[in-house]
Amino acid sequence: MNNQNDMLSPELSPESLKKIDREVAKYPADQKQSAVMAALVIAQDEKGWLSKETIAAVAGYLGMPPIAAYEVASFYNMYDLQPVGKYKLTVCTNLPCALSGGVHAADYVKEKLGIDFNETTPDGKFTLKEGECMGACGDAPVMLVNNKRMCSFMLPEQIDKLLAECK
Amino acid sequence: MALIDTINPLLTTGWSKGDAGWSLKDYEARGGYAQLKRILASKMSQDDLIAEVKKSVLRGRGGAGFPTGLKWSFMPKAAPEKYVVCNTDEGEPGTFKDRDLMRFDPHSVIEGMIIAAYAVGAKLGYNYIHGEIFDMYQRFEEALDQARAAGYLGNNILGSDFSFDLFAHHGWGAYICGEETGLLESIEGKKGQPRYKPPFPANFGLYGKPTTINNTETFAAIPFILGMGGEAYLNLGKPNNGGTKLFSVSGHVNRPGNYEVPMGTPFAKLLEMAGGMRGGRKLKAVIPGGSSAPVLPADLMMECTMDYDSIAKAGSMLGSGAVIVMDETVCMVKALERLSYFYFEESCGQCTPCREGSGWLYRVVHRIEHGQGRPEDLDLLNRVTDNMMGKTICALADAAAFPVRSFIKHFKSEFEYHIEHKKCLVDPEVQRAGSGFFKAGAA
Ligand SMILES: Cc1cc2nc3c(=O)[nH]c(=O)nc-3n(C[C@H](O)[C@H](O)[C@H](O)COP(=O)(O)O)c2cc1C
Ligand code: SF4
Ligand code: FES
Repeated sequence: MNNQNDMLSPELSPESLKKIDREVAKYPADQKQSAVMAALVIAQDEKGWLSKETIAAVAGYLGMPPIAAYEVASFYNMYDLQPVGKYKLTVCTNLPCALSGGVHAADYVKEKLGIDFNETTPDGKFTLKEGECMGACGDAPVMLVNNKRMCSFMLPEQIDKLLAECK
Repeated sequence: MALIDTINPLLTTGWSKGDAGWSLKDYEARGGYAQLKRILASKMSQDDLIAEVKKSVLRGRGGAGFPTGLKWSFMPKAAPEKYVVCNTDEGEPGTFKDRDLMRFDPHSVIEGMIIAAYAVGAKLGYNYIHGEIFDMYQRFEEALDQARAAGYLGNNILGSDFSFDLFAHHGWGAYICGEETGLLESIEGKKGQPRYKPPFPANFGLYGKPTTINNTETFAAIPFILGMGGEAYLNLGKPNNGGTKLFSVSGHVNRPGNYEVPMGTPFAKLLEMAGGMRGGRKLKAVIPGGSSAPVLPADLMMECTMDYDSIAKAGSMLGSGAVIVMDETVCMVKALERLSYFYFEESCGQCTPCREGSGWLYRVVHRIEHGQGRPEDLDLLNRVTDNMMGKTICALADAAAFPVRSFIKHFKSEFEYHIEHKKCLVDPEVQRAGSGFFKAGAA
């Protein structure tokens, strides 16, 4: 019970706050708000997604209005304002990737997982997203796992391997 | 000059050891930071430094090709607080060179930024790194730690009276932050919506202070330019198109990847370096400068050399140097649909012509692709682009319009076929095989 409450609580862990402090230190003392993008990522990493309450907690910590932090969270595509599966797969389907199978890779994942873009498997394991150019088009098809891990040359065999690896 | 021997003028020299060659000691071993040391030891004047960069005719590698030395000279001398910002928000579809610079040679970017800061009198800098390449952000932070520990960053660099510090800032999925003022807004912790220009960043930049912003590759070229001298760098390329350039070749070639060649290299040569056409198929079209650049049909492209002037003469732009190669298996309507969706998705929504126009473009191209096109649609598309171009805060609206106009201009019959026959001119099975995703013969 306690544990679950921790997960739901918008308060950030001391580790996360320490990481945010490190970000704040990069900017002039009167420009704390500059750290909001990194702070929201740190919060998302801890909580799995960004609830309004979590966003407000980040805003409070940085001394900015919650609405300003919410605007940022909703402007940038990689913030998740809804719960996502344990593994969020984002497949690039932009033209350079599509020429080398980006769209086909997305179709393949859809079929394997039985979900469409912006859906989560019933077991809560996978969420599938359509991504735009990730600046890695020479490695097409490419996909991101949980925003931070880029997987290159994702042909059917590699996709099978990746899905099997996600436990 | 002895320095030519210690620093090879090619941006990619440091790449040969792959992931094992990026750290400080490797960079120093190949002559890295020698230019910074020389500048500080000789107390080179800011004017002389900027003059040297001007001589190289280095043009910004982020897309617009603006002369870098000239840009630096716009920075007000007296301002007490100034910034240098690097644009590594590489999101222009087709472009993946800055990622490799971050990966294989981050210190060349750091040294270039320190030298730029010296030239314009900035004390603080940021490198804005595309959120999708988070591992490169982490590597860059490591490189910064190394540089700081070695005394290349911080107070009184290498015992001089010059102080400068540099930090990494990451994006989180918004193409528009590649636009320089959108990027500055984003560093300030806001939505990345571009600002009206003027004022330009050199007068009103980060936190409202004078700011020099350049692309990653632009900064990376600086140490090499100073090593060999501006004139020698210029002479590597051709007049008005100095030096070498990284080209990200993607699509239907045998070896997609980054290729560094002197400006003015024939496209045919670049194509050959990239292993030629995949499966020996026929070249159909090339987008020579990232998805925002007009597409060129094969015959026009084969006559181009890879430099700003030649590509402009052919009716397109060198842009970011992203060369998207398409062979005969491509349906041009479908290709355009993907691009139009991208601009619709990524419009920041501030300007009505861009917000509404990009939506119209996508919907109309989409309906043509899906067999619901009308004979008047091609005129409609051109009219919508007329209402977008040059009428907005930033160039994203133009970037959305260029592909539409050029695809229709050069491949009109394919669009007309789609509208009339409600299907692709290129057999869907041929298209499917073209991507190489499915093994030949497999279902
Ligand atoms: C919509 C849009 C996207 C852009 N994306 C990038 C980008 O990803 N990287 C970049 O360096 N410049 C990008 N630019 C160009 C920048 O605004 C700016 O011109 C450039 O960073 C200046 O550096 P440079 O002079 O060294 O090229 C973009 C411009 C627009 C209008
Ligand atoms: S042109 Fe488009 S992307 Fe640029 S500022 Fe206007 S709405 Fe935003
Ligand atoms: S188009 Fe997919 S990474 Fe660039």
